[in-house]
Amino acid sequence: MVHGEVWTAKELFVYPNEYIYWTIQIVMYPFMTGLVAGAFVLSSLYHVFGVKQLKEIARFSLAFSFALLPVAMMPLLLHLQFPFRGIEVMMTPHFTSAIAAFGIVFTTYGMIVAAELWFVYRKFFVETALELRKLTVRSFVQQVRYILYSVLTLGAWDISEHSLEKDERAVKMLAGLGIPVACFLHGYAGFIFGSVKANALWMTPLMPVIFICSAVVSGIALCIITYIATMEIRKAIHAWRLKNNPALPSIEELKSAELQDVTMTSRYLVMFLILAITLELLDLIFRGYTAVKSWDILRSVIYDKDFFNIFVIQYGMGNLIPFILFLMPRLTIRRAVVGTLLVLLGVFMMRWNVVIGGQAFSSSLAGFMHYHLPIWPDSLETFKEGLFGALLVAATPFVLFWLLGRIIPIFSVKNTH
Amino acid sequence: MITRRNFCKKSLLLIGGMAVPLAALEIFNPGRLSAEKDDPAKVRWVFLVDTFKCVGCGFCVRACKLENEIPYDANVSRTWVERYVVTKDGQVHTDSPKAARDGFTSKSIDQASRGLLEIKDEDIDKAFFVPKLCNQCDNPPCVQVCPVGATYQTPDGVVLVDRTWCIGCGYCVMGCPYGVRFFHPVYKAAEKCNFCYHRISKGLKSACVEACPFGARRIGNIKDPEDPVTRIIMTERVAVLKEEYGTKPQVFYLGMSREVK
Repeated sequence: MVHGEVWTAKELFVYPNEYIYWTIQIVMYPFMTGLVAGAFVLSSLYHVFGVKQLKEIARFSLAFSFALLPVAMMPLLLHLQFPFRGIEVMMTPHFTSAIAAFGIVFTTYGMIVAAELWFVYRKFFVETALELRKLTVRSFVQQVRYILYSVLTLGAWDISEHSLEKDERAVKMLAGLGIPVACFLHGYAGFIFGSVKANALWMTPLMPVIFICSAVVSGIALCIITYIATMEIRKAIHAWRLKNNPALPSIEELKSAELQDVTMTSRYLVMFLILAITLELLDLIFRGYTAVKSWDILRSVIYDKDFFNIFVIQYGMGNLIPFILFLMPRLTIRRAVVGTLLVLLGVFMMRWNVVIGGQAFSSSLAGFMHYHLPIWPDSLETFKEGLFGALLVAATPFVLFWLLGRIIPIFSVKNTH
Repeated sequence: MITRRNFCKKSLLLIGGMAVPLAALEIFNPGRLSAEKDDPAKVRWVFLVDTFKCVGCGFCVRACKLENEIPYDANVSRTWVERYVVTKDGQVHTDSPKAARDGFTSKSIDQASRGLLEIKDEDIDKAFFVPKLCNQCDNPPCVQVCPVGATYQTPDGVVLVDRTWCIGCGYCVMGCPYGVRFFHPVYKAAEKCNFCYHRISKGLKSACVEACPFGARRIGNIKDPEDPVTRIIMTERVAVLKEEYGTKPQVFYLGMSREVK
């Protein structure tokens, strides 16, 4: 069977070689990079612009952005016909291709995030390593931790007031530098689509900007939801411990998912949401108004074939409802959870409608293609580019985030142990 | 005594200084200069399709599949033939069942998932066949978008794919407005028509040209003014497909109609 044939159903006249070649993983790719970029922008709001209310969530979203990083390229690798040749993009980049810039942009961005994270946590590394050094007898685990933290200090043991000040300046600088790079990382994912002149739906210079705005929206949404979730879990654990040991501080003292934090962050979310919707609608109106050759088929895809996906799920459930939820007075955690989940759904559907919707019609402009997501895998191909492959990609950042949480204190609560 | 700082400084200066004249060796590469003095390529392959002559027998598709080892039953093909049926109500019906590998054996139009469409003979205004293949564009979008340079254009204009270097990202497949690219069912790499490069570079005709019983397909060298294909392209009214994409396609059509997609 030809690649793509399993999940493609053709209708009317489609060129013989046309199938849906870019599938769920290519939907995951901009979705995941969007989360990376969005989480980073959120953390930068505190570090660069000094939005004090975001202090708590800023560290958290920086660490989350780092955990999301490796996952940005995972869907790409899973989608390649030759995943082991993927490194060629770094080794022999062909610079007229938008994808070729991936290696450079991605590593630059990765280095910035890693460096920023290091500066933020350097004091902690040094303190922990020094504490462990003091012990005369170290258990195996302590020994491993001692070596790990000593290595993580990178030999910079100076934690005097003066050098910590320098650290802070470095964080600020890196965060500032990171914003354009994060936007570039994601804007260029939009460019990959926007520059395909063969595809009538993709080709628009607005694509990178739309991608950045929705990226920030989804990144903030994911940070809020993960922040709330981890806080709730920590509260539950703490309550359980409190039962056994009433001497511990009460839950009230534990900095829980403060409504203040969530409310403040959701304001930024709504702001970027408005921007994203405005641009998307502008694109749609412009296409309808200019009505070039491809508009006939685009119209039947947008208003007929994909109507439910675009107008009901993406705009209705993913944009309008959360918009109302966030703007109604007296935001509650529960409402914020529902709102952010819907926003994530909306952004995911936006990616879906771009990637899959862009292949829903033939370049002959005389036929349609329908995508059937492979659910239960019966081959490596249907696993990689099916539901389970996508779930694997979606689950990985949380595993990485958990691992990261073992090494660095992502929350500022010091007295839980 | 030279200090370490000085040593580093001077060696950097030396390397930089040496790089300048060494770069000249590349800029003034004598081999390239002499090659550029005379026209670098004496050949530019082009294709001429005479749609008046095509009867939709599909011999070309079959010959291509066998010649280029595209699995016979796989639903992909380097070349294909489209049938256009324009009815009196102005509707255009198009199909290419199995890429027309077996020709058009039935009068009904294959509408894929919508099934077969029967059209009465008296409802037809006009009907014709259009063979399609890679346009070997002068400005090939597939070459532009390949992130690793696995697809490239030869000096004689043909776009080739290096199967050993293709990573299989599918960007070229997406980038082609003509839908000529696909993934090879066996080799998994991007695949396309290359005018039978292994044949034309040895002075043979491409397999589809060889197989066409009606002379609807012809290949030629546009840089040779004496070439009969060149003369037709230069003196008669020919059209190309989807010119609006700026790809500068090099497959020319005689008897093109506005319905052709």
